[in-house]
Parts: sequence; C-alpha cells; structure tokens
Amino acid sequence: MAVHLAVVAGFSWNPLSDASAILSWQFMRSAYEAGTVVALVSGVVGYFVVLRRTAFAAHALSDMGFPGAAGAALIGVNPVVGMLVFTLTVGAVMGMLGERVRGRDTVVGIVLAFSLALGYLFSSLYTGNSTEAFALLFGQITGVTTWDVTVTVAASAIALGAVAVMYRPLLFASVDEVVAEARRVPVRLLSVGFMLALALAVSAAVQVIGVLLIFALLVTPAAIAERLTRRPGAAIACASGLAVLFVWVGLAIAYYQPYPPSFFIVGLAFVTYVVVRVAPGARAWSRRGLMGSWDTSTRSTSPPR
Amino acid sequence: MSGPVTDVPAVSPGPEAAGSSLTVVRAVGLAAGYGPTPVWAGATFDVRPGEFVAVLGPNGAGKSTLLRVILGLVPVRAGMIEVLGDSPRRGNAGIGYVPQSRVLDTDAAIRGVDLVGFGLDGGHWGVPVPGRARRAARELVTAAIESVGASAYARRRLGELSGGERQRLLLAQALVGAPRLLLLDEPLASLDIRNQGLIAQLVASIARARSLAVLLVGHDVNPLLPVVDRVLYLARGRVEIGPPEKVVTSATLSRLYGSEVDVVFDRRGRRFVVGLEDEVTHPHPLNGPAVKRPADHPAP
Repeated sequence: MAVHLAVVAGFSWNPLSDASAILSWQFMRSAYEAGTVVALVSGVVGYFVVLRRTAFAAHALSDMGFPGAAGAALIGVNPVVGMLVFTLTVGAVMGMLGERVRGRDTVVGIVLAFSLALGYLFSSLYTGNSTEAFALLFGQITGVTTWDVTVTVAASAIALGAVAVMYRPLLFASVDEVVAEARRVPVRLLSVGFMLALALAVSAAVQVIGVLLIFALLVTPAAIAERLTRRPGAAIACASGLAVLFVWVGLAIAYYQPYPPSFFIVGLAFVTYVVVRVAPGARAWSRRGLMGSWDTSTRSTSPPR
Repeated sequence: MSGPVTDVPAVSPGPEAAGSSLTVVRAVGLAAGYGPTPVWAGATFDVRPGEFVAVLGPNGAGKSTLLRVILGLVPVRAGMIEVLGDSPRRGNAGIGYVPQSRVLDTDAAIRGVDLVGFGLDGGHWGVPVPGRARRAARELVTAAIESVGASAYARRRLGELSGGERQRLLLAQALVGAPRLLLLDEPLASLDIRNQGLIAQLVASIARARSLAVLLVGHDVNPLLPVVDRVLYLARGRVEIGPPEKVVTSATLSRLYGSEVDVVFDRRGRRFVVGLEDEVTHPHPLNGPAVKRPADHPAP
C-alpha cells in the first residue's frame, strides 16, 4: 500500500507552505500529476457516460482492466499494457453491440463477476497473496512512478483528443440516435469510438483510484455537474473541475492522515453529490441551472403562439 | 452532413429550388419493406412544394416505412421513387425529419436549443469554435425556434419540457437546415386534443409560408382534416392518395380498412371520421403476411 508517512510536518493552515511541503516529495508530485490528468479526462468522458446512460457498461469495462493487468503481470508484461489491451478490446465489442448493451445488465453483470474472479486468480498466482490485486482494485496513487505518469498522460491525451474530435456528432447521437442516424451521423462508429476513449480513460484512472472506485471520478462529478448546469459545455467543464478538486483535496488530506487517498477522493465526491441532491435550493438549481443565469439574459419573453 | 449554414429559409422558392421538376417526391408503382415481402405495393403519387400530405392507416400498415424509404433507410422492392429529383439517400440535407417520439433523457444537462442546433451542425466533427460562423448558426437556431413559437422554453432542460413543447423543438430542429421536404412521424401522438390541433395548424402554416412539402404520419385523421391538402392511405398492402373530399369517404375508408367506417359532416360542413376509434388502439390483423416492425420502432 501507499507509503504512509509517520514523520511529516503537521498541517499548518497556510496553503502555500502546506502545498510546498506536500510537493517536496517526488511521489506526491507524481501523484498530483497523474491525478490531475486523470480527473480532467474523467470529467469529460464522464459527462457522456451519464448522458448515454452507460454507467454500468462503463463500470464493467473498468473491471475488465483487472484481469488484464493481473494477467499481464503474470506473464511478465507491464500491467498497464495488459489493462489497455483488455479494456480496448472489451470496449470495442461493447461499442459494436451499441444499443444492445443497454438493457443487457444481466449479461454485463455476469461477465463482470467472472472477470473480477479471473483477475483475482491471476494476481494470486502471480504474487501468492492479494496485495497486487488490492492495489488494482482500490488504487495506489502514491505508488505512481514517473513512467506511470507518462503512460497516464499519453492515454488521457488520446482519449481527450478523440472526444474533442467526436464532440458534436457524439452529443447528437447520445441524445437522439434515430435522427442522428437519418442525418448520416455514423452512430455505430461513434459508439465504438466512445467506448475506446472510455477504455483509455479507465486504464489511465485505475492507477489513481483503482478498478472498483473509478466511478467516483467518472460518474459522480458528471452527475453533480448535471444538477448544477444545463449547458453541455458548462457541465463538462464543471465535471472536470470537480474531479480535479476531489483529487487535489483528497491527496492533501491523505498526506496528513494514515488512510488511503482513494477513500478521501471517493468520500469527497460522495458527500458533494449528497449535498447537491438534498440541499435546500438544489431543486431550483437543477431547474434553472446554477450557471444558467448566463444564458437567461438572452432568453426571449415572447409567449408561445 | 447538414445544409450550408448560409442557406436562410426562403419565403418562396426560386425556380432552381424546385429542382428539375415541380415534384418533391415522385413514386411510381413503388413497393417497399424490410424482408423479401413488401409491406405495401403499387404506390404511385407525387408530392409538390408547399403541399401538406397526411399519411394515414392502421398500425403496422407501413406508414413509417414510407418515410424511411424516402430517407434512404429502407430499400425499394419494386417501382421507382425520386426524392428532390434524385434517388433516396441517407443524410439528404434537403429533408427535415422528426421520427416517432422516443424517450429522450430526462435529467441530462442538455437544453432545447442544443437539440435544435443538432439540426444545423450535429453531424460536424469537432468542438464548435466561437466566431462569425458560430454566431450565424446561433441566429438560425433562434429564428427556427421563433418560427415554431418555442422561444419561451427553448433554454430549459429537455427533461422539463412537455410533450407538445418537445414536439415543437424537434420541429424547429428539422426546419433549421432549411429543408424542402419535411417528414413527420406521428408528431401528434401522445398530445392532448388542443395541442394536436395547434401543431397541425403550425405545420400547415410553415409549409405554406416556405413552400415546404410535408408528409405527416398520423393515426387520427380528424385533427388533420382541416389543414391537409391531400391524404395518403396505407392499408392492407394498398395505397390510396387524393384530396380529403375524394378519399375520406365512407366507401373508400370502409374498403381500405375492411370494416364499417362512417364519414359524417357537422353543421359547418366539416368532415369527421367515426368507426376507427378501435383502430387506433386495437389494430386489425392484416391480410397477407404479418408485418414486422423494425427493431428501432417498437409499437407504442
């Protein structure tokens, strides 16, 4: 597990000195670098996961990374490579099935359970204990090496670039596949393209947050953003911003506490989600959109005919 | 993928807008269907610019199939069809299409204006770049929303809109690319009677103002009768087209549906069809092979 520091300077309430204390460690710098990149890409991809209602498929896809990584370690290949190969393959298959993946929760769940069992087998064959599996399942952000950071940045950059290229047709096809198809938008191709981008994002995020906790970065910020704004661009920016915030604050708290960073990142995301759901006025926000006031100024007041 | 952004909807079409002929859709002996057996056959009709045609018939008669043939999504089995002077092809920018109402996401951070904007640049790759072209596109979207009277709620979330409001925005989406042919599949389904009349009148006035040909698929002929130019009936594999006073008669409808259908007149001479109420909810079994609906068009 993470190197938990018994001897660190205490929390000082001075953000600058705290930040410089935290970032004086190479492993913390790597954790912040990888975490920031992963949070950014998770927010962007997460908006589309929520919009397309493919949260369960996305979760299953990230779980496929587990046997991929564990199997690769078993045969002496870099786990990240194994994870990428597995998730990209599964993502392509899911993308080709497209619409049919939705509503097939039972099948997805069965494959998911088997892949987790397979991953557990591989990792116990490899190390003889479950430490390795534990890191993959729950993340080990403070164990991120500079090589890991490079891989994470590369995978995230490709995923971000792909989503940027697909942005408009993907938005169209996600909201209204029937009209998009009639207008010659390549719906199936976009479905595959999105699942591949998701596979890259998931593989990048696993090192930070782990296979099982990936939802905290992928879905929770997007679900919070959805309630704070109703503009797609603003929702994406909001989701990415929140994900970055959760990672930064989560890592900082974990630096001063003997508990795993993953917990604080997920916990912050969860608490924020609950607050946004139940806070008085949250309903009105979601109706108006917290950031909706920007565009209401141009809103026409002419009554409908 | 969509029409050029500069293509502002014209009030009256120029001579070139009408193409080589004066017909928007021309079908001769047309038959179509998903399998080897056509759903219907022998369809011969023309649709001219500015003409509002209601496409009617029982469930499973192949009304949506006709629209999907025109869209180039269903192959022609026999005969010929010309759409805007060409054979049907997918992604024809001259066609605005509103499919049968589907479940659109309820909570998503996406607004009516975004939906309308898809009609303009939804197929374009990349992220929209701010600039002149973007502003011009915004103006077109605003104009399309105003033309259907949806300005008051276009900036709400899709999930907060009523069925009638969403239908108007989908109509704006179909109109924003300045099409010459509008295909509307059951736009009146799941609307209350008042909204059915309002949407039918709105479509009629837009069709006339823009010389836009409209094919509107409907279940109930009554809200459409006051506003349509012609009706096209699909029933039991046959196709019948003509002005309401010729086709919407007790004799023709009884023959088409194979059951007693009455056409009655009120004191102001308006036509009403009675005897098809069951048809709307309980379709008759068809003569001939059972019609299989495409997977993406489940029965309502």
